[in-house]
Amino acid sequence: MTLDDLRRIMVACAGEDEHVDLAGDIIDRTFAELGYDSLAVMETAARIEGEFGVKIPDEQVPELATPRALLDCVSRATVS
Amino acid sequence: MTQTTIAGGAARTRPATAVITGLGVVAPNGMGAEEYWTATLRGESGIAPLGDRMAKYPARLAGQVASFVAEEHIPSKLMPQTDRVTRLALAAAEWALADAGLRPAELPEYSMGVVTSNASGGFEFTHREIQKLWTQGPQTVSVYESFAWFYAVNTGQISIRHGMRGPSGVLVAEQAGGLDAVGHARRAVRRGTPHIVTGGVESSFDPWGWVSHIASGRLSGRTDPARAYLPFDGAADGYVPGEGGAILILEDAGAAARRGAAKVYGEVAGYAATFDPRPGSGRPPGLEYAIRKALDDAGARPETIDVVFADAAGVPRLDREEAAAITAVFGPGGVPVSAPKALTGRLYAGSGPLDVACALLCIRDGLIPAVPNIGDLPADYRIDLVRGDAPRPAKVRNALVLARGKGGFNAAVVLRKEAQ
Repeated sequence: MTLDDLRRIMVACAGEDEHVDLAGDIIDRTFAELGYDSLAVMETAARIEGEFGVKIPDEQVPELATPRALLDCVSRATVS
Repeated sequence: MTQTTIAGGAARTRPATAVITGLGVVAPNGMGAEEYWTATLRGESGIAPLGDRMAKYPARLAGQVASFVAEEHIPSKLMPQTDRVTRLALAAAEWALADAGLRPAELPEYSMGVVTSNASGGFEFTHREIQKLWTQGPQTVSVYESFAWFYAVNTGQISIRHGMRGPSGVLVAEQAGGLDAVGHARRAVRRGTPHIVTGGVESSFDPWGWVSHIASGRLSGRTDPARAYLPFDGAADGYVPGEGGAILILEDAGAAARRGAAKVYGEVAGYAATFDPRPGSGRPPGLEYAIRKALDDAGARPETIDVVFADAAGVPRLDREEAAAITAVFGPGGVPVSAPKALTGRLYAGSGPLDVACALLCIRDGLIPAVPNIGDLPADYRIDLVRGDAPRPAKVRNALVLARGKGGFNAAVVLRKEAQ
Protein backbone atom coordinates (compact mmCIF):
# COMPACT_ATOMS: atom_id res chain seq x y z
CA MET A 1 0.00 0.00 0.00
CA THR A 2 1.40 3.42 -1.02
CA LEU A 3 0.91 6.97 0.21
CA ASP A 4 -1.16 7.60 -2.93
CA ASP A 5 -3.46 4.72 -1.98
CA LEU A 6 -3.87 6.27 1.45
CA ARG A 7 -4.63 9.71 -0.04
CA ARG A 8 -7.27 8.21 -2.33
CA ILE A 9 -8.93 6.23 0.46
CA MET A 10 -8.97 9.15 2.89
CA VAL A 11 -10.46 11.55 0.39
CA ALA A 12 -13.11 8.97 -0.55
CA CYS A 13 -14.17 8.15 2.98
CA ALA A 14 -13.49 11.33 4.93
CA GLY A 15 -13.31 14.10 2.34
CA GLU A 16 -10.66 16.76 2.04
CA ASP A 17 -10.09 19.80 4.23
CA GLU A 18 -10.40 22.95 2.13
CA HIS A 19 -7.31 24.48 3.80
CA VAL A 20 -4.95 21.51 3.32
CA ASP A 21 -2.98 20.49 0.21
CA LEU A 22 -2.98 16.70 0.39
CA ALA A 23 -0.83 16.50 -2.75
CA GLY A 24 2.06 18.01 -0.79
CA ASP A 25 4.57 16.41 1.56
CA ILE A 26 2.19 14.95 4.10
CA ILE A 27 3.83 11.71 5.21
CA ASP A 28 4.98 13.05 8.60
CA ARG A 29 2.18 15.55 9.20
CA THR A 30 -0.29 14.50 11.85
CA PHE A 31 -3.77 13.50 10.77
CA ALA A 32 -5.09 16.30 12.97
CA GLU A 33 -3.00 18.82 10.97
CA LEU A 34 -4.41 17.34 7.80
CA GLY A 35 -7.95 17.91 9.05
CA TYR A 36 -8.75 14.31 9.94
CA ASP A 37 -10.08 13.39 13.38
CA SER A 38 -9.95 9.96 15.01
CA LEU A 39 -13.25 8.93 13.40
CA ALA A 40 -11.79 9.71 9.97
CA VAL A 41 -8.76 7.54 10.69
CA MET A 42 -11.00 4.76 11.99
CA GLU A 43 -13.11 4.92 8.84
CA THR A 44 -9.91 4.86 6.76
CA ALA A 45 -8.74 1.76 8.64
CA ALA A 46 -12.03 0.02 7.85
CA ARG A 47 -11.65 0.83 4.13
CA ILE A 48 -8.05 -0.41 4.15
CA GLU A 49 -9.27 -3.69 5.58
CA GLY A 50 -11.91 -3.95 2.86
CA GLU A 51 -9.45 -3.21 0.06
CA PHE A 52 -6.16 -4.74 1.28
CA GLY A 53 -7.39 -7.34 3.73
CA VAL A 54 -5.29 -5.87 6.54
CA LYS A 55 -6.99 -5.58 9.91
CA ILE A 56 -6.05 -2.58 12.07
CA PRO A 57 -7.66 -2.99 15.50
CA ASP A 58 -9.78 0.01 16.61
CA GLU A 59 -7.77 0.38 19.82
CA GLN A 60 -4.59 0.84 17.78
CA VAL A 61 -6.03 3.69 15.71
CA PRO A 62 -5.32 6.49 18.24
CA GLU A 63 -1.62 5.58 18.18
CA LEU A 64 -1.39 6.07 14.42
CA ALA A 65 -0.80 9.81 14.34
CA THR A 66 0.67 10.24 10.85
CA PRO A 67 0.36 8.70 7.38
CA ARG A 68 3.84 7.14 7.92
CA ALA A 69 2.70 5.43 11.12
CA LEU A 70 -0.41 4.10 9.41
CA LEU A 71 1.49 2.84 6.35
CA ASP A 72 4.17 1.21 8.56
CA CYS A 73 1.41 -0.51 10.52
CA VAL A 74 -0.13 -1.87 7.29
CA SER A 75 3.33 -3.04 6.04
CA ARG A 76 4.09 -4.89 9.28
CA ALA A 77 0.68 -6.56 9.23
CA THR A 78 1.17 -7.57 5.57
CA VAL A 79 4.61 -9.08 6.29
CA SER A 80 3.41 -11.03 9.31
CA MET B 1 -33.59 27.91 54.31
CA THR B 2 -32.39 31.00 52.54
CA GLN B 3 -33.38 31.76 49.02
CA THR B 4 -30.64 32.42 46.54
CA THR B 5 -30.95 34.61 43.53
CA ILE B 6 -28.85 34.50 40.43
CA ALA B 7 -26.93 37.57 39.34
CA GLY B 8 -28.13 39.83 42.14
CA GLY B 9 -31.86 39.52 41.70
CA ALA B 10 -31.95 39.24 37.93
CA ALA B 11 -35.29 37.47 38.28
CA ARG B 12 -36.94 40.80 39.12
CA THR B 13 -35.62 42.62 36.09
CA ARG B 14 -37.32 42.45 32.72
CA PRO B 15 -36.02 39.52 30.64
CA ALA B 16 -33.82 40.33 27.67
CA THR B 17 -35.58 41.06 24.40
CA ALA B 18 -34.79 38.45 21.74
CA VAL B 19 -34.97 39.50 18.11
CA ILE B 20 -34.59 37.64 14.83
CA THR B 21 -31.91 39.20 12.66
CA GLY B 22 -31.28 36.58 9.98
CA LEU B 23 -33.31 34.12 7.90
CA GLY B 24 -32.01 31.02 6.09
CA VAL B 25 -34.69 29.18 4.15
CA VAL B 26 -34.53 25.88 2.27
CA ALA B 27 -38.10 25.27 1.11
CA PRO B 28 -39.65 23.13 -1.61
CA ASN B 29 -40.93 26.28 -3.33
CA GLY B 30 -37.85 28.43 -2.91
CA MET B 31 -34.18 28.47 -1.90
CA GLY B 32 -33.33 31.42 0.32
CA ALA B 33 -35.80 33.59 2.19
CA GLU B 34 -36.58 36.01 -0.64
CA GLU B 35 -37.11 33.33 -3.29
CA TYR B 36 -39.36 31.42 -0.90
CA TRP B 37 -41.33 34.55 -0.02
CA THR B 38 -41.84 35.53 -3.67
CA ALA B 39 -43.01 32.01 -4.55
CA THR B 40 -45.32 31.93 -1.54
CA LEU B 41 -46.94 35.26 -2.45
CA ARG B 42 -47.47 33.94 -5.99
CA GLY B 43 -48.99 30.71 -4.70
CA GLU B 44 -46.24 28.59 -6.28
CA SER B 45 -46.09 25.08 -4.88
CA GLY B 46 -43.11 22.78 -4.39
CA ILE B 47 -45.26 19.65 -4.16
CA ALA B 48 -44.53 17.04 -6.85
CA PRO B 49 -44.55 13.26 -7.31
CA LEU B 50 -41.61 11.31 -5.91
CA GLY B 51 -39.54 9.23 -8.33
CA ASP B 52 -40.46 5.88 -9.84
CA ARG B 53 -39.07 3.85 -6.96
CA MET B 54 -42.00 5.11 -4.87
CA ALA B 55 -44.59 4.04 -7.49
CA LYS B 56 -45.80 1.10 -5.40
CA TYR B 57 -46.69 3.16 -2.33
CA PRO B 58 -50.19 4.47 -1.55
CA ALA B 59 -48.98 8.09 -1.25
CA ARG B 60 -46.53 9.54 -3.78
CA LEU B 61 -46.55 13.33 -3.43
CA ALA B 62 -43.99 15.30 -1.42
CA GLY B 63 -42.76 18.86 -1.08
CA GLN B 64 -39.27 18.50 -2.51
CA VAL B 65 -36.24 20.78 -2.45
CA ALA B 66 -35.40 19.77 -6.01
CA SER B 67 -32.75 22.34 -6.92
CA PHE B 68 -30.34 21.75 -4.01
CA VAL B 69 -26.92 20.52 -5.16
CA ALA B 70 -25.09 19.67 -1.95
CA GLU B 71 -21.59 19.87 -3.44
CA GLU B 72 -22.17 23.56 -4.20
CA HIS B 73 -22.76 24.33 -0.52
CA ILE B 74 -21.00 21.70 1.60
CA PRO B 75 -17.22 21.25 1.93
CA SER B 76 -15.85 17.94 0.67
CA LYS B 77 -14.77 17.01 4.19
CA LEU B 78 -18.37 17.03 5.41
CA MET B 79 -19.89 15.08 2.53
CA PRO B 80 -19.03 11.55 3.75
CA GLN B 81 -20.36 12.25 7.23
CA THR B 82 -23.65 14.00 6.49
CA ASP B 83 -27.16 12.99 5.50
CA ARG B 84 -29.10 15.20 3.11
CA VAL B 85 -30.96 16.71 6.08
CA THR B 86 -27.72 18.04 7.58
CA ARG B 87 -26.49 19.39 4.26
CA LEU B 88 -29.75 21.33 3.92
CA ALA B 89 -29.40 22.57 7.52
CA LEU B 90 -25.77 23.66 7.03
CA ALA B 91 -26.70 25.58 3.88
CA ALA B 92 -29.64 27.25 5.63
CA ALA B 93 -27.38 28.20 8.55
CA GLU B 94 -24.84 29.80 6.20
CA TRP B 95 -27.56 31.89 4.59
CA ALA B 96 -29.03 32.90 7.93
CA LEU B 97 -25.61 34.03 9.21
CA ALA B 98 -24.94 35.93 5.98
CA ASP B 99 -28.37 37.57 6.14
CA ALA B 100 -27.70 38.63 9.73
CA GLY B 101 -24.20 39.82 8.88
CA LEU B 102 -23.01 37.72 11.82
CA ARG B 103 -19.39 36.61 11.48
CA PRO B 104 -18.78 33.84 14.03
CA ALA B 105 -14.99 33.93 13.59
CA GLU B 106 -14.96 37.45 15.05
CA LEU B 107 -17.04 36.62 18.13
CA PRO B 108 -16.20 34.79 21.38
CA GLU B 109 -17.02 31.13 20.83
CA TYR B 110 -19.06 30.88 24.05
CA SER B 111 -21.22 33.86 23.07
CA MET B 112 -22.90 31.76 20.37
CA GLY B 113 -25.08 28.65 20.70
CA VAL B 114 -27.15 26.40 18.43
CA VAL B 115 -30.67 25.17 19.31
CA THR B 116 -32.49 23.30 16.56
CA SER B 117 -35.33 20.84 16.25
CA ASN B 118 -35.57 17.69 14.19
CA ALA B 119 -38.09 14.86 14.19
CA SER B 120 -36.70 12.36 11.68
CA GLY B 121 -32.91 12.31 11.85
CA GLY B 122 -30.73 11.25 8.93
CA PHE B 123 -32.94 8.60 7.35
CA GLU B 124 -31.35 8.13 3.94
CA PHE B 125 -27.84 7.80 5.38
CA THR B 126 -29.04 5.21 7.86
CA HIS B 127 -31.05 3.35 5.25
CA ARG B 128 -27.87 2.96 3.16
CA GLU B 129 -25.62 1.96 6.08
CA ILE B 130 -28.09 -0.53 7.56
CA GLN B 131 -28.46 -2.06 4.12
CA LYS B 132 -24.66 -2.48 4.07
CA LEU B 133 -24.80 -4.02 7.52
CA TRP B 134 -27.07 -6.87 6.48
CA THR B 135 -25.68 -7.38 2.97
CA GLN B 136 -21.92 -6.82 3.38
CA GLY B 137 -21.24 -7.07 7.11
CA PRO B 138 -20.54 -4.71 10.01
CA GLN B 139 -17.01 -3.76 8.90
CA THR B 140 -18.48 -1.96 5.87
CA VAL B 141 -20.78 0.32 7.89
CA SER B 142 -19.57 3.93 7.94
CA VAL B 143 -18.19 5.08 11.27
CA TYR B 144 -20.16 8.29 10.68
CA GLU B 145 -23.41 6.39 11.10
CA SER B 146 -22.69 6.86 14.82
CA PHE B 147 -23.98 10.43 14.59
CA ALA B 148 -25.25 11.08 11.05
CA TRP B 149 -28.64 9.56 11.93
CA PHE B 150 -29.14 11.54 15.12
CA TYR B 151 -31.77 14.22 15.81
CA ALA B 152 -29.07 16.43 17.31
CA VAL B 153 -26.73 16.16 14.33
CA ASN B 154 -27.81 19.43 12.67
CA THR B 155 -27.12 21.33 15.88
CA GLY B 156 -23.75 19.58 16.25
CA GLN B 157 -22.53 20.15 12.70
CA ILE B 158 -23.59 23.83 12.69
CA SER B 159 -21.88 24.29 16.05
CA ILE B 160 -18.62 22.68 14.88
CA ARG B 161 -18.58 24.40 11.49
CA HIS B 162 -18.95 27.87 12.98
CA GLY B 163 -17.10 27.40 16.26
CA MET B 164 -20.17 28.03 18.42
CA ARG B 165 -19.60 26.56 21.86
CA GLY B 166 -22.26 28.28 23.96
CA PRO B 167 -25.43 26.57 25.24
CA SER B 168 -26.75 24.27 22.53
CA GLY B 169 -29.36 21.59 22.21
CA VAL B 170 -32.02 19.84 20.18
CA LEU B 171 -35.76 19.55 20.74
CA VAL B 172 -37.84 16.68 19.39
CA ALA B 173 -41.62 17.20 19.35
CA GLU B 174 -42.67 16.18 15.83
CA GLN B 175 -44.22 19.17 14.03
CA ALA B 176 -44.30 21.35 17.16
CA GLY B 177 -40.57 21.02 17.84
CA GLY B 178 -39.45 23.82 15.53
CA LEU B 179 -41.35 26.39 17.59
CA ASP B 180 -40.10 24.78 20.80
CA ALA B 181 -36.55 25.32 19.51
CA VAL B 182 -37.28 29.02 18.95
CA GLY B 183 -38.74 29.21 22.46
CA HIS B 184 -35.74 27.49 23.98
CA ALA B 185 -33.37 29.67 21.96
CA ARG B 186 -35.04 32.71 23.51
CA ARG B 187 -34.51 31.14 26.93
CA ALA B 188 -30.78 30.78 26.11
CA VAL B 189 -30.62 34.46 25.08
CA ARG B 190 -32.34 35.48 28.31
CA ARG B 191 -29.86 33.41 30.29
CA GLY B 192 -27.06 35.43 28.79
CA THR B 193 -25.92 33.96 25.46
CA PRO B 194 -26.37 36.82 23.00
CA HIS B 195 -26.34 34.96 19.65
CA ILE B 196 -28.29 31.74 19.01
CA VAL B 197 -28.70 29.87 15.75
CA THR B 198 -32.11 28.20 15.86
CA GLY B 199 -34.83 26.65 13.69
CA GLY B 200 -35.28 23.23 12.16
CA VAL B 201 -34.77 21.31 8.93
CA GLU B 202 -36.02 17.87 7.85
CA SER B 203 -35.55 15.45 4.97
CA SER B 204 -36.49 11.77 4.92
CA PHE B 205 -37.69 10.68 1.49
CA ASP B 206 -35.74 7.47 0.99
CA PRO B 207 -38.08 4.42 0.86
CA TRP B 208 -37.58 3.60 4.54
CA GLY B 209 -38.30 7.18 5.55
CA TRP B 210 -41.25 7.29 3.17
CA VAL B 211 -43.01 4.28 4.70
CA SER B 212 -42.58 5.96 8.10
CA HIS B 213 -44.50 8.98 6.80
CA ILE B 214 -47.22 6.69 5.46
CA ALA B 215 -47.45 4.93 8.82
CA SER B 216 -48.77 8.14 10.40
CA GLY B 217 -52.08 7.38 8.68
CA ARG B 218 -52.50 11.08 7.93
CA LEU B 219 -51.13 11.36 4.37
CA SER B 220 -53.34 12.32 1.48
CA GLY B 221 -53.84 9.54 -1.05
CA ARG B 222 -54.57 11.95 -3.89
CA THR B 223 -52.26 12.21 -6.90
CA ASP B 224 -53.00 15.76 -8.11
CA PRO B 225 -50.41 18.07 -6.49
CA ALA B 226 -52.92 20.94 -6.49
CA ARG B 227 -55.63 18.88 -4.76
CA ALA B 228 -53.76 16.66 -2.32
CA TYR B 229 -53.16 18.93 0.70
CA LEU B 230 -56.13 21.24 1.28
CA PRO B 231 -55.99 22.39 4.90
CA PHE B 232 -59.37 23.52 6.31
CA ASP B 233 -61.14 22.67 3.03
CA GLY B 234 -64.32 20.62 3.37
CA ALA B 235 -62.62 18.15 1.02
CA ALA B 236 -59.42 17.85 3.09
CA ASP B 237 -57.97 14.37 2.68
CA GLY B 238 -54.79 14.45 4.75
CA TYR B 239 -51.45 16.15 4.30
CA VAL B 240 -48.43 15.95 2.01
CA PRO B 241 -45.03 15.71 3.75
CA GLY B 242 -42.23 18.02 2.71
CA GLU B 243 -38.51 18.51 3.28
CA GLY B 244 -36.53 21.59 4.24
CA GLY B 245 -37.26 24.26 6.81
CA ALA B 246 -35.58 27.39 8.11
CA ILE B 247 -32.64 28.40 10.24
CA LEU B 248 -32.99 31.69 12.10
CA ILE B 249 -30.55 33.95 13.94
CA LEU B 250 -31.95 34.96 17.33
CA GLU B 251 -30.08 37.62 19.27
CA ASP B 252 -30.27 39.70 22.36
CA ALA B 253 -31.66 43.00 21.05
CA GLY B 254 -28.96 45.03 22.78
CA ALA B 255 -26.15 42.84 21.45
CA ALA B 256 -27.61 42.99 17.94
CA ALA B 257 -27.72 46.79 18.12
CA ARG B 258 -24.15 47.00 19.48
CA ARG B 259 -22.74 44.94 16.64
CA GLY B 260 -24.70 47.06 14.18
CA ALA B 261 -27.07 44.36 12.91
CA ALA B 262 -28.44 45.59 9.59
CA LYS B 263 -31.88 44.03 9.98
CA VAL B 264 -34.23 43.30 12.83
CA TYR B 265 -37.13 41.28 11.42
CA GLY B 266 -39.00 41.20 14.69
CA GLU B 267 -39.09 40.15 18.30
CA VAL B 268 -39.96 36.69 19.61
CA ALA B 269 -42.40 38.27 22.04
CA GLY B 270 -44.27 35.22 23.29
CA TYR B 271 -43.93 31.47 23.41
CA ALA B 272 -45.83 28.64 25.06
CA ALA B 273 -46.10 24.89 24.72
CA THR B 274 -48.80 22.54 25.98
CA PHE B 275 -49.54 18.85 25.78
CA ASP B 276 -52.85 17.30 24.80
CA PRO B 277 -54.68 15.19 27.38
CA ARG B 278 -54.73 11.43 27.10
CA PRO B 279 -57.07 10.30 24.27
CA GLY B 280 -60.48 9.43 25.66
CA SER B 281 -60.04 11.59 28.77
CA GLY B 282 -62.88 13.89 27.67
CA ARG B 283 -60.73 16.95 28.37
CA PRO B 284 -60.22 19.50 25.57
CA PRO B 285 -57.09 19.53 23.40
CA GLY B 286 -54.26 21.82 24.52
CA LEU B 287 -53.95 24.18 21.55
CA GLU B 288 -56.26 26.92 22.85
CA TYR B 289 -54.36 27.01 26.13
CA ALA B 290 -51.05 27.25 24.25
CA ILE B 291 -52.39 30.25 22.30
CA ARG B 292 -53.61 31.99 25.47
CA LYS B 293 -50.34 31.31 27.29
CA ALA B 294 -48.25 32.64 24.38
CA LEU B 295 -50.38 35.79 24.19
CA ASP B 296 -50.00 36.28 27.96
CA ASP B 297 -46.26 35.75 27.65
CA ALA B 298 -46.14 38.45 24.95
CA GLY B 299 -48.38 40.77 26.95
CA ALA B 300 -50.63 40.86 23.88
CA ARG B 301 -54.42 40.92 23.83
CA PRO B 302 -56.15 38.80 21.15
CA GLU B 303 -57.34 41.89 19.26
CA THR B 304 -53.73 43.01 18.75
CA ILE B 305 -52.88 39.88 16.74
CA ASP B 306 -53.07 40.70 13.03
CA VAL B 307 -52.56 37.26 11.50
CA VAL B 308 -52.38 33.59 12.52
CA PHE B 309 -50.15 31.11 10.72
CA ALA B 310 -52.02 27.89 11.35
CA ASP B 311 -50.68 24.40 11.90
CA ALA B 312 -53.08 23.39 9.10
CA ALA B 313 -53.04 19.62 9.52
CA GLY B 314 -55.23 18.92 6.50
CA VAL B 315 -56.93 16.15 8.49
CA PRO B 316 -60.59 17.12 9.07
CA ARG B 317 -60.68 16.23 12.78
CA LEU B 318 -57.48 18.21 13.46
CA ASP B 319 -58.51 21.15 11.25
CA ARG B 320 -61.77 21.34 13.18
CA GLU B 321 -59.91 21.31 16.52
CA GLU B 322 -57.57 24.07 15.36
CA ALA B 323 -60.40 26.19 13.96
CA ALA B 324 -62.22 25.81 17.30
CA ALA B 325 -59.14 26.93 19.26
CA ILE B 326 -58.59 29.98 17.02
CA THR B 327 -62.28 30.92 17.18
CA ALA B 328 -62.38 30.47 20.96
CA VAL B 329 -59.58 33.02 21.40
CA PHE B 330 -60.23 35.48 18.55
CA GLY B 331 -63.98 35.09 17.94
CA PRO B 332 -65.61 33.86 14.73
CA GLY B 333 -63.69 35.24 11.73
CA GLY B 334 -61.85 37.46 14.20
CA VAL B 335 -58.38 37.24 12.69
CA PRO B 336 -56.96 36.42 9.22
CA VAL B 337 -55.58 32.86 9.11
CA SER B 338 -52.92 31.77 6.62
CA ALA B 339 -51.42 28.37 5.86
CA PRO B 340 -48.46 28.77 3.48
CA LYS B 341 -47.38 25.21 4.22
CA ALA B 342 -50.07 24.16 1.73
CA LEU B 343 -47.37 25.08 -0.84
CA THR B 344 -44.51 23.14 0.77
CA GLY B 345 -46.15 20.23 2.53
CA ARG B 346 -45.73 19.67 6.24
CA LEU B 347 -42.04 19.82 7.12
CA TYR B 348 -42.28 18.50 10.69
CA ALA B 349 -39.62 20.39 12.70
CA GLY B 350 -38.97 22.56 9.64
CA SER B 351 -42.47 24.00 9.41
CA GLY B 352 -42.59 26.09 12.59
CA PRO B 353 -39.38 28.00 11.80
CA LEU B 354 -40.38 28.36 8.14
CA ASP B 355 -43.72 29.81 9.26
CA VAL B 356 -41.81 32.15 11.60
CA ALA B 357 -39.73 33.34 8.62
CA CYS B 358 -42.91 33.73 6.57
CA ALA B 359 -44.65 35.65 9.37
CA LEU B 360 -41.68 38.04 9.71
CA LEU B 361 -41.69 38.73 5.96
CA CYS B 362 -45.47 39.21 6.18
CA ILE B 363 -44.85 41.81 8.92
CA ARG B 364 -42.14 43.47 6.79
CA ASP B 365 -44.16 43.73 3.58
CA GLY B 366 -47.75 43.95 4.89
CA LEU B 367 -48.93 41.04 2.74
CA ILE B 368 -50.65 37.91 4.06
CA PRO B 369 -50.04 34.91 1.78
CA ALA B 370 -53.18 33.31 0.35
CA VAL B 371 -53.78 29.57 0.24
CA PRO B 372 -54.66 28.55 -3.32
CA ASN B 373 -57.09 25.82 -4.43
CA ILE B 374 -59.23 25.96 -1.30
CA GLY B 375 -62.97 25.58 -1.89
CA ASP B 376 -65.66 25.77 0.76
CA LEU B 377 -64.80 25.55 4.43
CA PRO B 378 -67.19 23.66 6.71
CA ALA B 379 -69.55 26.26 8.17
CA ASP B 380 -68.69 25.40 11.77
CA TYR B 381 -64.99 26.33 11.31
CA ARG B 382 -65.85 30.05 11.30
CA ILE B 383 -62.29 31.13 10.51
CA ASP B 384 -61.19 33.83 8.06
CA LEU B 385 -58.84 31.70 5.95
CA VAL B 386 -56.93 33.89 3.49
CA ARG B 387 -57.40 32.00 0.24
CA GLY B 388 -57.41 32.57 -3.49
CA ASP B 389 -54.71 33.70 -5.91
CA ALA B 390 -53.48 36.96 -4.41
CA PRO B 391 -52.05 37.90 -1.01
CA ARG B 392 -54.16 40.10 1.23
CA PRO B 393 -52.64 43.50 2.05
CA ALA B 394 -52.74 44.20 5.78
CA LYS B 395 -50.90 46.23 8.38
CA VAL B 396 -49.28 43.47 10.40
CA ARG B 397 -47.66 44.28 13.71
CA ASN B 398 -48.16 41.06 15.67
CA ALA B 399 -48.29 37.56 14.23
CA LEU B 400 -49.11 34.25 15.90
CA VAL B 401 -47.56 31.01 14.63
CA LEU B 402 -49.04 27.66 15.64
CA ALA B 403 -47.71 24.12 15.39
CA ARG B 404 -49.08 20.78 16.52
CA GLY B 405 -47.09 17.57 16.63
CA LYS B 406 -48.41 14.03 16.36
CA GLY B 407 -48.40 12.60 19.86
CA GLY B 408 -50.04 15.60 21.52
CA PHE B 409 -47.55 18.47 21.18
CA ASN B 410 -48.79 22.06 20.83
CA ALA B 411 -46.65 25.17 20.48
CA ALA B 412 -47.38 28.84 19.83
CA VAL B 413 -45.07 31.77 19.12
CA VAL B 414 -45.97 35.47 19.01
CA LEU B 415 -43.80 37.67 16.78
CA ARG B 416 -43.83 41.44 17.16
CA LYS B 417 -42.79 44.00 14.58
CA GLU B 418 -40.26 46.03 16.46
CA ALA B 419 -38.58 45.32 19.74
CA GLN B 420 -40.08 47.25 22.62
